[in-house]
Amino acid sequence: MAEPVPERVGLVFVSHSALIAQGLVELARQMAPTITLVAAGGRPDGGIGTDFDAIATGIALAENGAGAVVLCDLGSAILTAETALEFLDDEVRERVRIADAPLVEGGVAAAVAAEIGGDLDAVIAAAESSAGREPEARTDTAGGAVPGDSGTVSRTVTLRNRDGLHARPAADFVKLASTFDAAVTVNGKDAHSLLGIMSLGLTRGMKVEISGPDERSRAAVDALADLIETGFGEE
Amino acid sequence: MSVDVAWAEAWIRSSAKVLSEHRAELNTLDREIGDGDHGENMDRGFQAMLPKLDSLTDAATPAELLKALAATLISTVGGAAGPLYGTAYLKAAAAVSGAAELDGPAIIALLTAGRDGIVLRGKAESGDKTMIDAWTPAVDAATEAAAAGASAALILAAAADAAEAGAVATEPWVARKGRASYLGERAIGHRDPGAQSTALILRCGADAAAQA
Repeated sequence: MAEPVPERVGLVFVSHSALIAQGLVELARQMAPTITLVAAGGRPDGGIGTDFDAIATGIALAENGAGAVVLCDLGSAILTAETALEFLDDEVRERVRIADAPLVEGGVAAAVAAEIGGDLDAVIAAAESSAGREPEARTDTAGGAVPGDSGTVSRTVTLRNRDGLHARPAADFVKLASTFDAAVTVNGKDAHSLLGIMSLGLTRGMKVEISGPDERSRAAVDALADLIETGFGEE
Repeated sequence: MSVDVAWAEAWIRSSAKVLSEHRAELNTLDREIGDGDHGENMDRGFQAMLPKLDSLTDAATPAELLKALAATLISTVGGAAGPLYGTAYLKAAAAVSGAAELDGPAIIALLTAGRDGIVLRGKAESGDKTMIDAWTPAVDAATEAAAAGASAALILAAAADAAEAGAVATEPWVARKGRASYLGERAIGHRDPGAQSTALILRCGADAAAQA
């Protein structure tokens, strides 16, 4: 008997523009092929603005038991989404949250977090970490693996695929990392953080150091280093 | 000296007419410091309410009409004014729910709940250059008039006078909420369009009571 597929958090993208909301669904879909992504952009007559009914319907579509996260662009999008939440039944409202995050960056980060099975808190955290994240020094010249004093595990590999760790490969990488219960870093960034990894700006030919704190992280380090060496199926 | 469902209907119909007449003026105010569609949005919302009024002929209380107006504005305005005014009318309706006749204290409750609804939704404070700067003086003036024993009609007139003065008073300010807040000092010298539409709407409420 097949395991039932666990429900995933769904997302609603609220924009003043139908094209922005639809475009964001397309963009996030690349990294999140299976979750529910709903575009709620523009007014019903096609103009620029927000549509209460589309947002309310979108929340109902996206909320399938695991919860829904709403991402918004400007002022009235947020106000209208908040009003839509107020009209929900209390029991449903508990599972719907509005992320305080930039629409595009937050939306993509939330989509990946939802795709890899993150719960409502995890998806909100992923979206909100996309805003105001602290800049870290780029360490894109990692050089050879350093065994470390405390038994760290590390492998350094070279990025082979054409575009480096851009959005889709970075999402594949984060998804694989999330299958291991181990602390792993990529040039010092958390391997579970899509935006952290993308912020490294790693491109073809750069060396990437995958590290874990101890032996228990070896399987994860190897799997992630192998993924990079396969070139993510790209040229 | 109270007002009833006929007043509420007259208030909404006259708001629709006046907002339609001032559509270009509100758009112009909004173009100076926002996205230029406040008049269009308010007109669309109130026009969408007119056919609903025609089918709500068995409504017995002002609250029933105000609640229907709230839902219509939230669904059709399409800008920040939709959820803001929608929440105002929704909370105002809840404050006078079930009452067929609204006396002075009921009018105060209605206006106060409306203002509080906008604060709840928009999180603006007095002086932020928003519709709150018309609403709060209106609530204060209405409360004073009620304390002096004024009729519902005179309380609404006091609210309208104060809202108009409040809207004018926003002109020299820098905005701290909404899209106008992106403009910094460039917002100085322009009246807030939301405060202006509030003044127009509250004047309609006063006129509807005076003619009742």
